[in-house]
Amino acid sequence: MTETTATEPAPKAPAKREKKSGGGSLGRYLAVRALLIIPTVFILVTTVFVLMRATGDPITAAQGGRLPADQLAERIHAAGYDRPLIVQYVEYLGNLLQGDFGTTLSDHRSVTSVFTTFGSATLELAFYALLIAFALGIPLGRYAAFKRDRPADAVLRVLAILAYATPVFFAGLLLKLVFSVWLDILPVAGRASTRTELQLHKLDNPTGIYLIDAIRTGDGAIIGDVLQHAILPALALGLLTAGVFLRLVRTNVISTFGAGYVEAARSRGVSERRLLRKHAYKPALIPIVTVVGLQVALLLGGAVLTETTFEWKGLGFQLAQYLQARDFVAVQGIVVLLAVIVAVTNFIVDVIAALIDPRVRY
Amino acid sequence: MTTSTTAVDTAPRRPLWQRLPVIAQLRQSVGLQRGMLVAGLVITTIFVLTAIFAPLLAPYGYAELRNEDGLFGATEPPSAEHWFGTTQGGYDVLSRLIWGSRTALLVIIVAVAASLVVGVLLGLISGYFGGSLDRVMVVIADAIYSFPSLLLAIVLAIVISKGQSSLWGGILAAALSITVVFIPQYLRVTRAEVVRIKNEAFVESARVIGSSHVRIMLRHVLRNSTRTLPLILTLNASEAILTLAGLGFLGFGIEPTKAAEWGYDLNKAVPDVTAGIWWTSVFPGVAIVLVVVGLTLMGESLNDLADPRLRKRAAGAEPVEDLGMDDDAADAGVADVPGAAANRGGEVK
Repeated sequence: MTETTATEPAPKAPAKREKKSGGGSLGRYLAVRALLIIPTVFILVTTVFVLMRATGDPITAAQGGRLPADQLAERIHAAGYDRPLIVQYVEYLGNLLQGDFGTTLSDHRSVTSVFTTFGSATLELAFYALLIAFALGIPLGRYAAFKRDRPADAVLRVLAILAYATPVFFAGLLLKLVFSVWLDILPVAGRASTRTELQLHKLDNPTGIYLIDAIRTGDGAIIGDVLQHAILPALALGLLTAGVFLRLVRTNVISTFGAGYVEAARSRGVSERRLLRKHAYKPALIPIVTVVGLQVALLLGGAVLTETTFEWKGLGFQLAQYLQARDFVAVQGIVVLLAVIVAVTNFIVDVIAALIDPRVRY
Repeated sequence: MTTSTTAVDTAPRRPLWQRLPVIAQLRQSVGLQRGMLVAGLVITTIFVLTAIFAPLLAPYGYAELRNEDGLFGATEPPSAEHWFGTTQGGYDVLSRLIWGSRTALLVIIVAVAASLVVGVLLGLISGYFGGSLDRVMVVIADAIYSFPSLLLAIVLAIVISKGQSSLWGGILAAALSITVVFIPQYLRVTRAEVVRIKNEAFVESARVIGSSHVRIMLRHVLRNSTRTLPLILTLNASEAILTLAGLGFLGFGIEPTKAAEWGYDLNKAVPDVTAGIWWTSVFPGVAIVLVVVGLTLMGESLNDLADPRLRKRAAGAEPVEDLGMDDDAADAGVADVPGAAANRGGEVK
C-alpha cells in the first residue's frame, strides 16, 4: 500500500487491517457490513434508553413539582413507568421492532407521525446544504491544492477553518442580519410565505418537500418564494460542510500529487495542470464518498441548530420544541430515529465506497 | 494546557523544554505553517488569560443589572459605559463575554481531561489485549462515534442536569456530554498506536524478562503512543466549545444568574436579530469563532507537522535538525485522527 491509502474509510480502518490478508469478495463485505448495522443500532438504542431512564421517568421530568404526588403516581402507573426497568426495556425494543417509537407526552402524537410530517423538511434542507458543500468545497479544495502554500491556498485554508469554527446558528444569525435585516432582500425565517404555504397545502398528496410541491403547482412565484426561503438556511448549514470538503480535497489532492504514478506521469512531461485534472484529482475524490457518510451525522446535528435559527419546521426544529417542553419521550424517539438513519446512511455510503474502490473490503 | 499535560518520551536528545509538544513543533515549522501555529498560540493564550483574569477585566459582573446610576436598561446600543451594549435581559454584553470565556475554559479542561484519561486507558487495554474484548470495544466506540455528537450531548445533558443548571451542574453536564462523545476518538487513536507498538522488539524484550502487563502497558507502550495526542487535544477542545455553545443555544445552557455562557446568550439574541439589534449576537458569536479558530489553527498546524507529506521544510534546511520527531512520524504516515476530518486516512504500511 502506498500513500493512496488515504482513501480508506478511517472508522473501520483499525478492525479491518487485521483481517485484510485474504482480499475478500464484495458480497462478503456487503453482508458483514449489513450485519454490523444491527449491533450499532442496538447499542445506540440501548445507550439512549438506559441514559434517559436511569435517572427517572419522563412524566416526573415533564411534570416535576407541578402535580400533587398522588396524581403523579397515578399517571406514572397508567403509563407503565413503575414496572421494572428491564420489562420496560424489552417492551420498548419490541415496539421499536414494530416501528413504534412511542407517543409524545406534550401533544399525544406518535413519534412516527412527527417524523413523517417533519422529516421531509429536514431532508430538503440537508439536500440543499450538501449541494452547496459539494459545489463550493470540491473545486476550492482542488484549487487550494494546486496553489499549495501560495497566498490563494492560505486564504482558502483560513476560510475553511472559519467555516468550521463558526457555529451554524451564529452563521445563520449573521446571514439573517445582513441579508434579511440590513439588505432586506431575503426572508427572515420559515420555509415559505403564508400565501405559498396555503397554496401548497391545497395540492393532493403533497410530498412535503416544498420545492417539488412548488414545481407541481407550476407557479413561478411560488417556486421563487420557496427557493428564496431556502437560500439562507442552506448556506448556513452548507458552509460548515463545505469547509470540511475543502480541507479534505486539498489534503488528498496534495498526497496523490506526490504518488508514484503521478511522478511517473510528471517525468513523462505531462503538464502540472493536466496532472491535477487527470491524474491526481479523481483518486482524491474517493475519500469524499466515505466522508459524506460521516457528514450526515454532522448535518443532522447542524440541522437541529439551523432549523431552530430559521424556524424551518423540520425534525430538528421539532426536537428543540420538545426539548423546551421537556417532552423526553418525543426527544428519545426522534434521537433514536436519527440514529437509525445515520447507521443506514453510513451503510449505503460504505457500499458505494466498496463499489468504487476495491481495496475497501473485508 | 497542552504543554503541561503531556510529557512525551525520554530520549535525552535535546533539553526538555525543546522537546515539549508545541514548542518542538514551533521550532520545526517554517513559513505559513509557523504563521498559523503562532497565530493559533496567540489567540489561545489571549483566551486563557481572559478566562483567568475575568474578574479584573470585566467592567461588571456577569449577572449585574445595575450600577450606582441605576439599571443598565435592555438592549442599549454600544456606548462609553457599555462598550458592547446590553442584552435583552439588561446585562452588559462585554462583561458576559469576558466571564463566558471562564465557563468555556472550565468546560474544555474538564471535558478534555476526562475523555483523555478514560479514552486513552480504554484504548490501551483494547489494543494491548486484543481479542473479543477489543472487537466489542471498537464496535461500541464506532457506534457512538457515528452518532451526531450534539444529539448525544443533548441526551446526556437531560440525564445529568434534567435541563436545570447551576454553574457547576451546567459545566459538568456540558463537559461530561462532550467527554462521552470524545472517548471513542481517543480510544481509536490510542488503540491504533498500541497495536503498532506492541509488536515492536522492545515490548517483546520486556515481556521476555517477565515484566507485568501493567508495567509493559504503562511504561513501554503508553509512553510511545502519545505522539498524536496533542493535536487531537486541540481539535477536541475546539469541538468542546462548539458543543457547549450548541447546547446553550438549544436552551441547555447555564442560567444567566449562575454564569455567563456564549451559546445561551446567542439563543436569547435570536429575536434581537430580526429587530436589527446586532450587538447581542455578534459579540458572543465572534468570541466563539475566535477561540475555535485559535485552537483549530494550532491543531491543524500540529497535524501538518506530524505528517511528513504535508510538512513544509525550510529551503535547504538540514534534515538532521528534526530527525527525532521524523522517524516515528514517518513510519506511521498520516496520523489517524478522527477529529481532523481533513486527514481521515489510513496507515501507510
